[in-house]
Amino acid sequence: MSSSVGKSLVAVACVVVVGMIVAYAWGPRSSVAAEAEKGAKAEAQAIVRDHMAQWKRKNPARVSDWIKEEKERHKIQPPADNTHLLKGEQGKGHAYGNYTERDILMWARETEKLVVEGSLVFHNATLLGGTIGVSCDMCHPDASNTHPETYPKFQPQMGRVALLRDMINWCIQHPVRGKALAPDDPKMRALEAYILAQRKGVELNYGKH
Amino acid sequence: MKPKHKGVETRYMESRREFFDSMKGLDRRSFLKVSSAAMGAVLAKGLIPPHSFMPVSVAQAAGTSEASPAFRFAYISDSHLYGRDLNDRFARALLRAVDDVNNLDPQPDFVFYGGDLAQLGQAHELDLGAQIIKNLKAPLKIMVGEHDWYLDMGAKWKALFGEPTYSWDHKGVHFVVLMSVVERDFWTKRGMTPMERMLTVAGLDNGVQSPFMVGAEQREWLKNDLAKYPKNTPLIVFSHSPLYKLYKNWNFWTDDAEEVQALLRRFDRVVVIHGHTHQLLTNRIGNIHFHGVLSTAWPWPYAPEGMPKLTIEMSRPDPFNPNDGCGDGEVLVHADGLVDKVYNLWNRNPMTVAKGYTASWGKACIPPKPNRPSY
Repeated sequence: MSSSVGKSLVAVACVVVVGMIVAYAWGPRSSVAAEAEKGAKAEAQAIVRDHMAQWKRKNPARVSDWIKEEKERHKIQPPADNTHLLKGEQGKGHAYGNYTERDILMWARETEKLVVEGSLVFHNATLLGGTIGVSCDMCHPDASNTHPETYPKFQPQMGRVALLRDMINWCIQHPVRGKALAPDDPKMRALEAYILAQRKGVELNYGKH
Repeated sequence: MKPKHKGVETRYMESRREFFDSMKGLDRRSFLKVSSAAMGAVLAKGLIPPHSFMPVSVAQAAGTSEASPAFRFAYISDSHLYGRDLNDRFARALLRAVDDVNNLDPQPDFVFYGGDLAQLGQAHELDLGAQIIKNLKAPLKIMVGEHDWYLDMGAKWKALFGEPTYSWDHKGVHFVVLMSVVERDFWTKRGMTPMERMLTVAGLDNGVQSPFMVGAEQREWLKNDLAKYPKNTPLIVFSHSPLYKLYKNWNFWTDDAEEVQALLRRFDRVVVIHGHTHQLLTNRIGNIHFHGVLSTAWPWPYAPEGMPKLTIEMSRPDPFNPNDGCGDGEVLVHADGLVDKVYNLWNRNPMTVAKGYTASWGKACIPPKPNRPSY
């Protein structure tokens, strides 16, 4: 009997201690500590800004907002809107699927960046590696008439089933008279991204001629 | 810089030259053998009747109006020449068009060049173009395009060809050439160099540039120019951009089109012939009949929206043939001022949009439709 009372006392004591720890760690902070943290953050941000300003002074050519400039020149289809993932019950009670606004923004920005890079290559004979001044947009304004949704398809002229990248390389070698790009060449990846992006909403229909 | 790669066109031209060189060695007997074999091949394809070596005349006969035209002129357009060391393909294409026109028998009354002779308006590009089209046997009338203009704002082009806006009378028809590719100043504010300005205008899908227009000054000139002509005068107007609003994103567009059309409305019949769109294009707005012309350099895809109902779209060009969808052509002018428009497509049967087609709003004289979709 006495041992069971002792056990209960120990249990109560444990709960109290845990409660105190919780209250200390997650309870409201003292205003002094908060102020100190804020000051440290501001200081860190000032240092970062200073470094950035130094870098910008050293690299004036790279300061321009090339994504904004290219989007002004050429119409770029926006990537899919994923904001619906922030609404409703999705992810509740699960570690996976708890997206934040930051996730949504990062996906969109990174995806769009590759597409905009593709637009730069698409519209520039030199970047494309052409030797006769011909760039993709001269026959394919806004990537029209490229039909990425119809690949793979058999191209008798190539003697095999062509992927979009094979056709891109065919164009680079013939009308553009440049050197074929490796399948994982950053320029090839960017070109594919841009061409696919511009056909947003078109139904996939592989094999179509 | 010499091109590193021998392009398909270069290889084709070389094999063609070899073939003709080998032909020189033939005696009469082997020549007959070769030519009858060639004729047999053509007949087997069912292209033409045996009495004619010209598929052109046959295809024309199908779509042409019955009355014979009062006169005709030829057109070449949109050659987009680079310097001769950079790009031989576009120069060869223009040479081919000049050959086509020089081989017309009888010769046309004149040859109309539809603009964009150069790609980036550089003096050596325009000089090369001028040198090539100098070989035309018929008299030349020329219009300016935006690719000729925006490097030096037309200085070199004007030095070669004179003023871009002019008019003349020929066999009872009044002809007017407009400079329809005037753009609002988008370059000063952005601090662009002349070449940056030129490259911006040269990009069809470049949204930084402004829409094309004829402008108040030229509209005033046009009004005065037309004032002395009675309303039944046949009138043919040339403009580089289509004188209507088709698709703004690619500047298949003239911003003050309505104002210009208003000046033409008084006339019984007006024909507008425009370059810039590099494709078979037909439209009619009231009394004004519009016809596009082909490019010698490359075909444009059709605009994704705003296509005129009367246009019969040509099949999608074959990417494996650099000449497909390109070409030159003729315009057969009838006494009433309407025209049969001949598209001499290099890789396909030629196509004629007869005057009866636009006159009947597409109900009669329908040209044979291409067998494949355009896009």
